Amino acid sequence: MTHMNDGIAVSAASDAQLGDAWGGSSRREFLVLAAKGAAALGLTGALSGCVVAAAGTKKIDFRDDFGVLNFAYALECLESRFYTKVCESPPRDLRAGELQVLQDIRDHEVAHRRFLKRSLQVLRVEVPMSVWPGIDFSSRSSVLGAAKTFEDLGVAAYNGAGSRIRLAEFLTIAGKIVSVEARHAAAIRDLLNPMSRDFAGDDVVDERGLDRAMEPGEVLALAQKYFAEPYRVVGL
Amino acid sequence: MHTSDITEPKRLLALDPEIAARLSARQAEIHAGAAVSSRTSAGLMMGGAVLATAALASDAFAQGGLPSIVVDVLNFALTLEYLEAEFYVTGVGTSGLIPADMRGPFDQIRKHEVAHVAFLRGVLGGAAVAKPTFDFTGGGGSGNGPFADVFRNAQTFAAVAQAFEDTGVRAYKGQAANLMGHNDVLRAALCIHSVEARHASQVRRMRGQKGWITGSMPGNLPDAAKGTYKGESNRFQFILGQADSNSQAMTEAFDETLSKNQVLQIVTPFIAGGR
Repeated sequence: MTHMNDGIAVSAASDAQLGDAWGGSSRREFLVLAAKGAAALGLTGALSGCVVAAAGTKKIDFRDDFGVLNFAYALECLESRFYTKVCESPPRDLRAGELQVLQDIRDHEVAHRRFLKRSLQVLRVEVPMSVWPGIDFSSRSSVLGAAKTFEDLGVAAYNGAGSRIRLAEFLTIAGKIVSVEARHAAAIRDLLNPMSRDFAGDDVVDERGLDRAMEPGEVLALAQKYFAEPYRVVGL
Repeated sequence: MHTSDITEPKRLLALDPEIAARLSARQAEIHAGAAVSSRTSAGLMMGGAVLATAALASDAFAQGGLPSIVVDVLNFALTLEYLEAEFYVTGVGTSGLIPADMRGPFDQIRKHEVAHVAFLRGVLGGAAVAKPTFDFTGGGGSGNGPFADVFRNAQTFAAVAQAFEDTGVRAYKGQAANLMGHNDVLRAALCIHSVEARHASQVRRMRGQKGWITGSMPGNLPDAAKGTYKGESNRFQFILGQADSNSQAMTEAFDETLSKNQVLQIVTPFIAGGR
């Protein structure tokens, strides 16, 4: 009945969670909105008799902007978890200056994740645990190779999802994030192959000078192996 | 330190009730069980169809008759791409200017900017604006602006390149919302936008800077280029994710927009007769 049904993690929208920064009438508006959402959700739960967010039912519904934001949230969680793990115990063969780049990127991805988490509030879909198949966290080349994959995927994901966004402010925010992901992608590629053409290589930029854009379903299919539990994707 | 351009909280307060109202309206629509609006679904179908062909046939844009707002945005973008393309073509073609180790990256950027010009001209067809005459010294046609040695000094060349790339990123971002509903054009613009960001990162790193923008720091650029970073120190993002405890990360993690007028102000000195 609404886009808020199974698979959505609900947390009470308490004042503390909303934070001090958000004041005034707009905040009250949001609380009303959130309360409506929670009420609708409670009703859904009562009718279906199901527990919300049952295992294996993490669902991203692309029928509206919140689906796109949850999609972005999943990718930012993946990235921030990856860089956090890398920086906790960096590969010993990293070269001078590389850890600083990785720590900067970690901070940016954490900022993106926290921004999206706060924005989504009750509409946030819990992100499954992460797994890291094929990534050797003790190896510079493995870590940087994975970073390159994640950053290029992030760029293509935002580029492909942009035209699904209907609220102008959300589109602008997505634009503010994707260019930073592209800056990351170029930096990581330059660490792997310094002073080459790879920062914007012909493998990602076509003959028209356009970067890649991927459909959300395609992106999630590729990202899926890094999540312990599959997403259910609807509304595409 | 850069508090002068932290004006966002005020703007947000002004903006928020409106946004909240629109979110509520959307919410109401969903509660009412409304389907996706016909305009949006048509747009999505169009976007899907274009994607399916895996080619943005320029004739399809031109012959379809682009709305004037889209033509304006694309001509604005084309002007910036003309600027960048001629800049890199000249720079890469000037013997002895670019150090050997930077030739690959700068030539790759040249290739992309030339391709962007061709792409946008193809999309615009007969509506494309003509290429202005540029003055890459930033002298408005005098040939003796603040970057007078731009094609004789690699450091000046790279500095101007950084200013152009970081401005380009912000310029495209500022126009994205004007392309909403024109999914194929929007998608293409986003795919140029991220390429400009890749360029910006590389040029910045070749100049010994971080690939991302911290606060409004001009990244060792001369005063004449500082307009490029106005407002970049913003730490307050739309809705709830505003201030974050790590404020440096917040400014780096989100690139800011520039309005068309702000961009024109930045690039006008590089256009002959512009100043």
